[in-house]
Amino acid sequence: MKQIVSPSFSRRSFIRTSALAGGGILIGFNLFQACKPEAAPPVDVSKLNFNDFNAFIKIADNGMVTIFSPNPEIGQGVKTSMPMIIAEELDVTWDNVHVVQGALDTNNFTRQVAGGSQSIRFGWEPLRQTGATARQMLINAAAAKWGVNASECKTENGVIINANGDKLGYGEVVKEAAALEVPENVTLKDPKDFKIIGNDASNVDIDKIITGKSLFGLDYKEEGMMHAVVLRPPAFGKKLVDFDDTATKAVSGVLEVIKFGDKVAVLAKDTWSAMKGKKALKANWTSDSKLESTEEHDKILTGLLNGTAFKTMRADGDVKKAFAAADKVIERTYESPFLPHNCMEPMNFFADVTSEKVRLVGPIQTPERTASRVAELLERDVKDVSVEMTRMGGGFGRRLYGDFALEAAEISKIAQKPVKVIYSREDDMSVGIYRPAIKYKISASVKDGEITGYHLKEASVNSNMYGLIPNFFPAGAIENYQVDVASYDSNITTGAWRAPYTNFLSFAEQSFFDELAEILEIDRIKLRLDLLQKVKGTTDDRIQYSPERLENVIKVAVDKSGWGNAKEGVYQGFSAYYCHNTHVAEVADVVLENDIPVVKKVTCVVDCGIVVNPLGAKNQIEGGVIDGVGHAMYGDFSFEDGEPQDKNFNTYRLIRINETPIVETHFIESDVAPTGLGEPTLPPAGAAVANAIKAAKGIRLYKQPFIKHMKAKAPLG
Amino acid sequence: MPVYNLKINGKPHTVEADQDTPLLWVLRDHLDMVGTKFGCGIGQCGACTIHIDGSATRSCLLQVSAVGDMEITTIEGLSEDISHPVQQAWKEIDVPQCGYCQAGQVMSAAAFLSQNNNPNKSEIRDAMSGNICRCASYNRIEKAVELAASKMS
Repeated sequence: MKQIVSPSFSRRSFIRTSALAGGGILIGFNLFQACKPEAAPPVDVSKLNFNDFNAFIKIADNGMVTIFSPNPEIGQGVKTSMPMIIAEELDVTWDNVHVVQGALDTNNFTRQVAGGSQSIRFGWEPLRQTGATARQMLINAAAAKWGVNASECKTENGVIINANGDKLGYGEVVKEAAALEVPENVTLKDPKDFKIIGNDASNVDIDKIITGKSLFGLDYKEEGMMHAVVLRPPAFGKKLVDFDDTATKAVSGVLEVIKFGDKVAVLAKDTWSAMKGKKALKANWTSDSKLESTEEHDKILTGLLNGTAFKTMRADGDVKKAFAAADKVIERTYESPFLPHNCMEPMNFFADVTSEKVRLVGPIQTPERTASRVAELLERDVKDVSVEMTRMGGGFGRRLYGDFALEAAEISKIAQKPVKVIYSREDDMSVGIYRPAIKYKISASVKDGEITGYHLKEASVNSNMYGLIPNFFPAGAIENYQVDVASYDSNITTGAWRAPYTNFLSFAEQSFFDELAEILEIDRIKLRLDLLQKVKGTTDDRIQYSPERLENVIKVAVDKSGWGNAKEGVYQGFSAYYCHNTHVAEVADVVLENDIPVVKKVTCVVDCGIVVNPLGAKNQIEGGVIDGVGHAMYGDFSFEDGEPQDKNFNTYRLIRINETPIVETHFIESDVAPTGLGEPTLPPAGAAVANAIKAAKGIRLYKQPFIKHMKAKAPLG
Repeated sequence: MPVYNLKINGKPHTVEADQDTPLLWVLRDHLDMVGTKFGCGIGQCGACTIHIDGSATRSCLLQVSAVGDMEITTIEGLSEDISHPVQQAWKEIDVPQCGYCQAGQVMSAAAFLSQNNNPNKSEIRDAMSGNICRCASYNRIEKAVELAASKMS
């Protein structure tokens, strides 16, 4: 089994303490990088500097603990789960912990990012070390006060207790603790003794969310701020020729019209006036590059798949030879459309650009990168740029890109006023950074009933699978194995979308193996388990999935879902996948209602190591599965002459509650370091559903969205 | 510019706004009540759901001039102290992920349950199908509406 490797760090350099002016202790720590040697935390919490430390713990005189949570919150729950890890090792009662979103000032560190389901995985060790270090310092302070040996003292829920049974609350020794050396070797808790980790904790913002308090970027407001709505080119490949703003300027509430690049911003005293002003703009556009269409992309991607312009990402053995020697070669092609992210909170950002500084506030997954891009755009020193993160109304990858923040900065610079840019839903869907349309061709060679070769070809718009993805299952399981990629450069912007590449690759691969089992007349589960058997003991360090853990989730899913024993009229589909360092197996239960397949239930078995917050973790899992089912069933997005064909929810279909399966979650009990959950349950869902639909209707689906292709005749099988 | 006297969460408010301004933007921009969310602007997502005389209404489509003396209730006024059974249930079930759509979900659920406090699962699904949750916290929304119903009946 692969060991989960934690990033290396030196405790001495990544933690510093100081006594707070108002009483209490402030512990500054940098999760992912050592601090500068001279760095010291401030003595006033209003002056937190996230330059050297990206997170802080404050322990007040009264023992109350405030944790300034470092990572952006996009709904993945880290604002709750990351502080839980600190609180566990600090040994305080969760009820006495108050969590505040940490901001970003300037940015000299590496990972204050929400993306790739990595926050918990990378944060685990440093967060524990931080909590344990602070606890040890409090113990040391108490021991000195008592004149006893620190090793004779223990802690319990924010209280230090010595061998005589004397007690001191954390708040009573914070002042002394702040003056102590940061200890070198602290003991971490045995996971068996965890009191917070592994127990349900509610979302720390729940009260604010259900009472409508200001939390999100769109809610942000400042005195003198103007609301900006932007007219952008209506199609990819078009640019602005000229515009007439006479009617716009006649709209009451409109204050200013600003052209920047190929865009026109309407600034108004309120959002509605700005929206009306934008509607009244008359603009002429011309095309400056190709106006592309989905029909054309289809042909291009098919051409790429059938061509030779590939880059090989991994090659084992000799697929050509294996295919030539095969008794049988099975080849299938899988196709996906573009997808918009459609965060419920449309893109928006606040910027206040003055000669002294650049202040940015809003929902962003990549604060540091956005700060440096804004600095570059405005030709300013990055030290002048500050970014404050708000809670985010979803991310899904879209908020990795700071294009909206750059727009706000540019407009504010020209207007010389604080500005908040607001996207309408139409703007949000029309100028997206979409999941690219992708096609996969998978071929397998079979000799004497054994799979001897596997060749995966990817043709994608703009970019290809990256990193370790070509080494995911079934890499290592099949002797002759090759992954080739090719891409087509389009002027349509594409990027990361929840579980990039694997969100569709998993569907292709797990559909393929399901069909392969049918063709070879092997049990579907056995086929997968037999392949995993061959990976055990591998010395190939590119292979990060664990065959044992994947095997285990498969077996538990078989057991928990009642696989093979479904009730009359219930059809099941299986899928198992590893991505984002987490192993998942899913079984979809489909029934036919008026001959239409309806997904009733998905059993989801997850091995993510230790589960920090089961309540939040299950929410992620349920959401990921339903998101996966929804986009596989309904997600369809196309272009004609560079223009998106759907712009709002009247034609673009997102899954709704009445179409939603019940997700039944099972965790594999584990004491291995935790891995992320924001993404890994999404990819397997599509194949589980497709395989269940095959069982129900006899139709094998090769294209998403299923709703569009369900009626199509099944191709060769 | 016309002046409107609105009754919101039991209190009178006077606003000056163009007659075609959606109530959503009057609440958010003129009155700083930002709990009601903008999601689509065409009544398709439910993020802007409020109550007009107790009925769930999409505030993005309701012009301020059409409100008259009808009672407006927003998420801020659903209860004084998070005591509404729907809010209680949302808390107990820990429904939200990103949280953005949840005010609208809560308002839809509250209006629905005031008409039918003993709904079956399919009635709950139908009633809540006008509200999109992009994080897909749907299983929990369903459970929370059931729990709220049990608290109300």
